[in-house]
Amino acid sequence: MTLLTPGWELTVGLEVHCELQTETKLFCSCANAFGEEPNTNVCPVCLGLPGSLPVLNRLAVEYAMRIGIALNCRVEPSIFHRKNYFYPDMPKDYQVSQYDSPINVDGFIELPAGTRVGIERAHLEEDTGKTSHMGGGGRIHDADYSLVDYNRAGVPLVEIVSRPDISSPDDARAYVSELRSILVASGASDGRMEEGSLRVDANVSVRRSGMVELGTRCEVKNMNSLRSLGRAIEYEALRQIGLLESGGRVVQETRHWNENEGRTSSLRSKEEAYDYRYFPEPDLVALSPESEWIDAVRDALPPMPNARRATLGALVLSSDPGLDEHALRDQIATVVDLGLDQLVSEAIGEGADGRLALARCANEAATRPDAARALDPRAFGVLIGLEAGGKISATQSKTVLLEMLDGSGEPLEIVKRLGFEGVDKIHLGAIIDQIIAANPAEWQRFVEGDEKVAQFLFGQVMRETKGNANGKLVAEAFHARKSG
Amino acid sequence: MSSTAMPDAMNAFEIAHAVRTGAVLARTVVMDALERIANQEQDLHCFNVVTEDVALAAADAVDATVARGEDPGPLAGVPVALKDNLCTRGIATTCSSKILEGWIPPYDATVVDRLRRAGAIVVGKTNLDEFAMGSSTENSAFGPSRNPWDHSRVPGGSSGGSAAAVAAGYVPLSLGSDTGGSIRQPASFCGVVGVKPTYGLVSRYGLIAFASSLDQIGPFATTVADAALLLESIGGHDSRDSTSLDGESVAVVDALELGVVGLRVGIIRDFLVDADDSVVSAVNAAAAALAVVGATVDEVAIPELMNGLAAYYLIAPAEASSNLSRYDGVRYGLRVDGPDVAAMNARTRAEGFGAEVKRRIMLGTYVLSAGYYDAYYAQAQRVRTLVAGAFNRAYERFDVLIGPTTPSVAFALGQKTEDPLAMYLSDLFTIPSNLAGHPAMSVPFALGEHGLPIGVQVFAPALKESVMFRVAHAIEAAQQTGCRAPVGLSRSTRS
Amino acid sequence: MAVEFTPEEVTYVAALARLELTEAEVEHYARQLSAVLGHVDAIRALDLTGVEPSSHSFDLVNVLREDVVAPSLDRDEVLRAAPLVESGRFRVPPILGEAP
Ligand SMILES: [Mg+2]
Ligand SMILES: [Zn+2]
Repeated sequence: MTLLTPGWELTVGLEVHCELQTETKLFCSCANAFGEEPNTNVCPVCLGLPGSLPVLNRLAVEYAMRIGIALNCRVEPSIFHRKNYFYPDMPKDYQVSQYDSPINVDGFIELPAGTRVGIERAHLEEDTGKTSHMGGGGRIHDADYSLVDYNRAGVPLVEIVSRPDISSPDDARAYVSELRSILVASGASDGRMEEGSLRVDANVSVRRSGMVELGTRCEVKNMNSLRSLGRAIEYEALRQIGLLESGGRVVQETRHWNENEGRTSSLRSKEEAYDYRYFPEPDLVALSPESEWIDAVRDALPPMPNARRATLGALVLSSDPGLDEHALRDQIATVVDLGLDQLVSEAIGEGADGRLALARCANEAATRPDAARALDPRAFGVLIGLEAGGKISATQSKTVLLEMLDGSGEPLEIVKRLGFEGVDKIHLGAIIDQIIAANPAEWQRFVEGDEKVAQFLFGQVMRETKGNANGKLVAEAFHARKSG
Repeated sequence: MSSTAMPDAMNAFEIAHAVRTGAVLARTVVMDALERIANQEQDLHCFNVVTEDVALAAADAVDATVARGEDPGPLAGVPVALKDNLCTRGIATTCSSKILEGWIPPYDATVVDRLRRAGAIVVGKTNLDEFAMGSSTENSAFGPSRNPWDHSRVPGGSSGGSAAAVAAGYVPLSLGSDTGGSIRQPASFCGVVGVKPTYGLVSRYGLIAFASSLDQIGPFATTVADAALLLESIGGHDSRDSTSLDGESVAVVDALELGVVGLRVGIIRDFLVDADDSVVSAVNAAAAALAVVGATVDEVAIPELMNGLAAYYLIAPAEASSNLSRYDGVRYGLRVDGPDVAAMNARTRAEGFGAEVKRRIMLGTYVLSAGYYDAYYAQAQRVRTLVAGAFNRAYERFDVLIGPTTPSVAFALGQKTEDPLAMYLSDLFTIPSNLAGHPAMSVPFALGEHGLPIGVQVFAPALKESVMFRVAHAIEAAQQTGCRAPVGLSRSTRS
Repeated sequence: MAVEFTPEEVTYVAALARLELTEAEVEHYARQLSAVLGHVDAIRALDLTGVEPSSHSFDLVNVLREDVVAPSLDRDEVLRAAPLVESGRFRVPPILGEAP
């Protein structure tokens, strides 16, 4: 357990709503599209017109199963319920969702750091429309009136409910980050938090260390980035601890994260009881995917991030058994997260140095992931070979890689064009001899074992070569002359 | 027979035949129906709207098809009235509620689509109890319809307008919807044939929901054969309704002539206890008539069916409370403004819904609310299982069951409006079929008190409409003279 | 049967169902609904242990549709039905609380 404030423990459970990237909505054939003219992707079904009836989208079910399987859930027979409450963004004034028999139950996510977070359920439901608040600065409470667009109404969602296994803001971020990678890898979602295709609500509670019973929780909404998720949880935990330490009491409620103010605030504008009156949706029939269907979905799933991390780690290690895998963990996680593991693996397959390929991908290529995914692994392998063989320096290698990401050509061409070819072993020998001759006193001290002066001589070479010398070769050359 | 004069007393079969062979123009048939409607409608109020222009244009299209030598379909030129809870593209659809006044659907119900393809001509939308909640058509926001047999009496409900439109001879066919008896009960009160098909046989797409798991669209006609013809045209799988059963429509027309020799008929004894004497006599006489033509008849006790009413008045309001939430003043229909959206919703619904609809919404909201779900709703769903099981056990011994449709003949306007429970009890014998999802139909058989018609109800297992229609056909053959509304389009009117 | 639908319960369900009622209506509906509830209440006394609840009369499963786009409605037709519109959207009075 992470201790946020000494003597206190934090417990977080997350509810993530994920929009599925189907062509059509969950229960009708309107386009599932983002950013179109208001109320253009609507039909009798998703507008809730009298007499209309829902028909379930097969691909949405399949995507839900992909997500469930990727989250190590059991795929179970399920039914839909109606969740009844009035809200103008909901055309039928009930949401069709899954209640006590959801499609996926009882899974888990293994975070890169090794923590396991339980998944209670991952169920299918329909999205609501979008409301814009007019006047009063666009805030709901001060608005003069509101406008509703139903293009999003009926878009398929999978809601993923974690168990309260998260005990720090960092773990919460790591969980969502890993979940997002899984969703994207499964092909079910684009995972874009900023566009709202991934929406995270956090159930936050605190308790004194050692207490068995969980504290009263608050549900925090409206975090639209990983960063704000971490900030909101931290703020809310400290707020609750402050309340309890000053003798107050936490009230179970929904709270709104305000990104600009950096605080959460209560959503209740008046006492309104919600009693959702769930009951089985009579317009739909039960969902009971045959085992053949489930197996086919499982077999077609690409490897998930944790498996890919393991594969990549093993591959890098096999290229240099002396490496410390633990030290490479962050780089491996980044590369897999950005979908660059294929690039690294193939470059290693071409004979490239594993550690260097990984480092260049996790650092330089990671700044341009889209371009990096389009890189030719063979060309990338050639670049790593040039750097590993001492043909170019680390600095030069980074420059060349960025040029390659710009689409400026093959590594050898770029090296030639930038004049990086000059400082090979022969030229380097001449430069080093020149430096020794110009600094006899310093050279003498180096020969006698003064390590500080080694830095000076090294620096002189780098200045002379404008940083283009390969550091490893420079060191080798000095030592060869010292012992020779 | 000339092609411009309209002959008397033609049923749907005869009209379709005459129009398809060019013996009579569809336009003539429709003009004639419109004239009859114009003559009596002030007294009866069967319709919320008569779609004269649309009907004549459709009739001309049928006539043009015939002129081209093409087939205009099995219902060519037959005027049909639609209950005003069936969506019609471009034609106002109100459910007889103020809350939908002025709403024009942008789409057609599947059954409307199928009727048009079959060549039928929609002449108007008929009055109903608001959102189909009622048994007398008195819960209409636009005033009650009247029974063509006696204008001081109700036509039954909720499909009272559709039943009366056929009974009055306006049209040979109409469509209603039956959630707890809303086709069969008014059919019995009006002396016409009314059919509730197997749940899932007829698509509900475009039927404005009352209680989704119970609602089913079905035909009214003056004869069993006409009802069979209409059912064949509207039934069969529809991919827009997830609860629609697979396969084609049932074949009922050709089954009619098979007779009932060897069929085992059970009289539901439990239903005779609470029915008027004249009704009980009618059922027994119908059974005797079936025995005469070769069926074997016996009584059967199915006491579980008597629990149906209570289950129905929990399940139907529960589903209705949810189905009717969408009438919130945001997207269509009535809006009564308010300072905030919740107030606007509440005022709109207070103004737009009538008392019976509000009662059922509140009852349904109550039984679904936290703390009551298990005691009421879940228990009612168990009774549904119980009722279906009891029917199925009876069907191990019998091919069909018969009983009364209603406990009495048509009651007087205003007689039960102040006592919801008394009104609910008139559905006692019709509700169990909706809970089980089984087909049932009412056939006019005798005349009872005040010379009013009495219907006999025929029940059959799921998708056994063909057997049900054979028995209904045999009952019809033995019916008392004058117990049914005038056959088809006759210029002579009753009342 | 002594089952009561109290005026408080009428007020509670009317709020849930968004129905504005006068005080007189609350009293009136409480009486009528008590009568109805009294009748249906007998159902609670039935011993139905071992009987599964059914929400449909049949066992259809997996009714699914392919993920293929079909044309949506014409926006003008959609908005024409609405009581109040602005900028292609449905206009409503201020919303007092966020969605639950
Ligand atoms: Mg949800
Ligand atoms: Zn749609």
